[in-house]
Amino acid sequence: MTELAIHAADQDIADDLCEQVRSAYANRTPLRIVGGDTRAFYGRPVEGNALNMLPHSGIVSYDPVELVITVRAGTRLSALNAALAEENQMLAFEPPAFSDASTIGGAVATGMSGPRRPWAGAARDFVLGTRVITQEGKLLRFGGEVMKNVAGYDLSRLMAGAQGTLGVLADISFKVLPIPTATHSLRLSMSLEDALGKLAELGRQPLPITAAGWHAGELFIRLEGGASSVNATKERLGGESLSSDFWQQLRDHQHPFFRLNEGQALWRLSLPPNTPPLALNIPQSDIFYDWGGSQRWIKTSAAADTLRTVCQQAGGHATCFTPYAQGGAESPFTPLNPVVEKYHRNLKAELDAYGIFNPGRLYAAF
Amino acid sequence: MNILFDERLDGEFIHRDKADVLDDLQNAVPSLTLLHREEDLHPFECDGLAAYRIMPMLVALPETLEQVEGLLKRCHALGVPVVTRGAGTGLSGGALPLERGVLLVMSRFNTIINVDPDARIARVQPGVRNLAISEAAAPYGLYYAPDPSSQIACSIGGNVAENAGGVHCLKYGLTVHNVMRVDVMTIEGERMTLGSEALDAPGFDLLALMNGSEGMLGVVTEITVKLLPKPETAKVLMASFDDVEKAGRAVGDIIAAGIIPGGLEMMDKLAIKAAEDFIKAGYPVEAEAILLCELDGVEADVDDDCQTVRRVLEKAGATDIQQARDEAERAKFWAGRKNAFPAVGRMSPDYYCMDGTIPRRELPRVLKGIAALSEESGLAIANVFHAGDGNMHPLILFDANKEGELALAEDVGGKILELCVAAGGSITGEHGVGREKINQMCSQFQPDELTVFHALKAAFDPQRLLNPGKNIPTLARCAEFGAMHVHNNELPHPELPRF
Repeated sequence: MTELAIHAADQDIADDLCEQVRSAYANRTPLRIVGGDTRAFYGRPVEGNALNMLPHSGIVSYDPVELVITVRAGTRLSALNAALAEENQMLAFEPPAFSDASTIGGAVATGMSGPRRPWAGAARDFVLGTRVITQEGKLLRFGGEVMKNVAGYDLSRLMAGAQGTLGVLADISFKVLPIPTATHSLRLSMSLEDALGKLAELGRQPLPITAAGWHAGELFIRLEGGASSVNATKERLGGESLSSDFWQQLRDHQHPFFRLNEGQALWRLSLPPNTPPLALNIPQSDIFYDWGGSQRWIKTSAAADTLRTVCQQAGGHATCFTPYAQGGAESPFTPLNPVVEKYHRNLKAELDAYGIFNPGRLYAAF
Repeated sequence: MNILFDERLDGEFIHRDKADVLDDLQNAVPSLTLLHREEDLHPFECDGLAAYRIMPMLVALPETLEQVEGLLKRCHALGVPVVTRGAGTGLSGGALPLERGVLLVMSRFNTIINVDPDARIARVQPGVRNLAISEAAAPYGLYYAPDPSSQIACSIGGNVAENAGGVHCLKYGLTVHNVMRVDVMTIEGERMTLGSEALDAPGFDLLALMNGSEGMLGVVTEITVKLLPKPETAKVLMASFDDVEKAGRAVGDIIAAGIIPGGLEMMDKLAIKAAEDFIKAGYPVEAEAILLCELDGVEADVDDDCQTVRRVLEKAGATDIQQARDEAERAKFWAGRKNAFPAVGRMSPDYYCMDGTIPRRELPRVLKGIAALSEESGLAIANVFHAGDGNMHPLILFDANKEGELALAEDVGGKILELCVAAGGSITGEHGVGREKINQMCSQFQPDELTVFHALKAAFDPQRLLNPGKNIPTLARCAEFGAMHVHNNELPHPELPRF
């Protein structure tokens, strides 16, 4: 294992962060946990003193043969991806980056995953362990740097997607994977109905598909794996070649689709993959299917309740990606069932008794 | 180690009279099957860790959710602890009963509710056997990936409770990676659904938290699992080595070549001999270690990878490399590995199976440590190793009928786990902490970390009625066993009473 500095400024400021948390705990003053500040649009606005994670950056350890890397939360995604690429490895969940300032801590805290999600797994699936700063300002270690570890509760995965409301993610250990040796992306002209049918059919076969989307009459597919299987599948599926940048643009919302018209908000619908088109009366040009149909982006001025009712009936949920201040929903996340909410509140009360960690970011009540 | 629940160390309960509890439950849930006579309770006094036996106060065998709900509500009201059990195959005593508790047996919930080949999911009840899911999915060319060695008997509910693994985890993940949704009943009898048939759900990832929580946060009543397309082909290479360390390094070399095998297993000389005597798998009994490397996927890629792995193994100093010629030979190679535990069982009256994980690079050092412990104790130790993901299964051979040997085996086992922790690993990779490794938790975690675990527990079950005494030790227990990290030569938590 080697200590690798990506930038000269890399440092471990965990002690200082702990001190700030202890002070916030003692004074009952809320903290707004900030890395690159590129995901503030996601979730409800938080009022509180900034806990700046950005200086807490750098790779703590990286052993490519172990397929494990441990990084500080303030490490920029771009720097982390570059360090992994040098060893021909990657974060297989393809975390979105909304600017070069995006950090790995923010990516895990928001639990966001890219186009490979249905085939490779989500952010939480690759989290092996964490060092977490608790409400009392203690730096504690959960999970570890090994592939399999079932000792104690899986607090590390619980932190992924909790948006900093249960504690501060200081360091994170990930399972990393080799970059596939061959890749090819393609586009096929196809109606939505045919595309969904095709994806269901392909999904039952052992094909090297690692991304699939549909938009405006075209099915987009990425193949990754060994050269032999990628070539064979490429021959079989046909279609036109697609630039591999396409997936990065989709992941990071740089694709032209993500430009909103006046009065529209961007919504993410998370649905069972084979859900037929929803009865929402939204033009096809305002819908982008990703994750083989499991993640659908829509641009709409429809009311939150309307979207959520339809999604819930289909077994899914809807999240608003446009901030309330810019015309988005007041509650960006689907309200919880009362029993589930009760245990959310209990957890929050146990791990953050005074509501100092990003209060209200997920839901107004906690 | 005294494995009996010790109220002084593990926490106190309200003491209820068995006849009163039986009477109360029979009145509240008349249709519920309750076993209470000693002869009926006997079969339930242990799980797969048969060295530990405790007679439960009562055994409940519900068939409906309403019965589970009624039972939990009454137990909650009475302050009677509840230990949930599936098929009872767990190896860490996670379903070890309590003398003052009800054993909630979920085995009658054994229906596969639905297999949806288009969504590639299966909805099942918790008592469904792991292998039965793959069998039900097989007509669609699909299967359920996690395959613990007990998959023919173990239930999916228990798999969720323990976050079970298997031989294909490095590539396909553990239970937590393959479960989409669980329905859970709380100790108060409330129902909640965690996760969904979509790929995520709003709020905290309580689904991830529930996996591996050993029945201490809720009772799992239904599970939706992800199904995968069966790989087009799977091929297995068997490499022999004249040195264990060379075999260990070869594992890293395969990964370094950019290959993630479907399975990558290692066995040492004693395990090879045991398996060969038992199964006649064609293992080289003169080898110090063998590696089994399975490559699966699309035919053309697998052929390419087989070539690459063969080259890597040759370079790593393998003395012999064989590729299974056909499916029958592949099954034979695996049969030796999958029957390694019973094979070792034939060599010795008893054996004790450990489950530590380590970073792979630490393998030579840990193996040396294990060999030293074997020599020191006089107990033979066979090593079976999920090499790809660093999960060791040392098998300590002993004879429980010999005075003191069980205690000696437990002591050696505990020391092996401490070796794993010291190497940066964990005391359990897939079997769970249960009751068995409760004391070793004190060496893996500091008191502050254990306190956070207790806080998580309190969020779901503040009265500690669900499976108390498992998974997370009390600080009092850690203090008693003196295994807590001692800083600056000061005893941690001096305020706690010592017994």
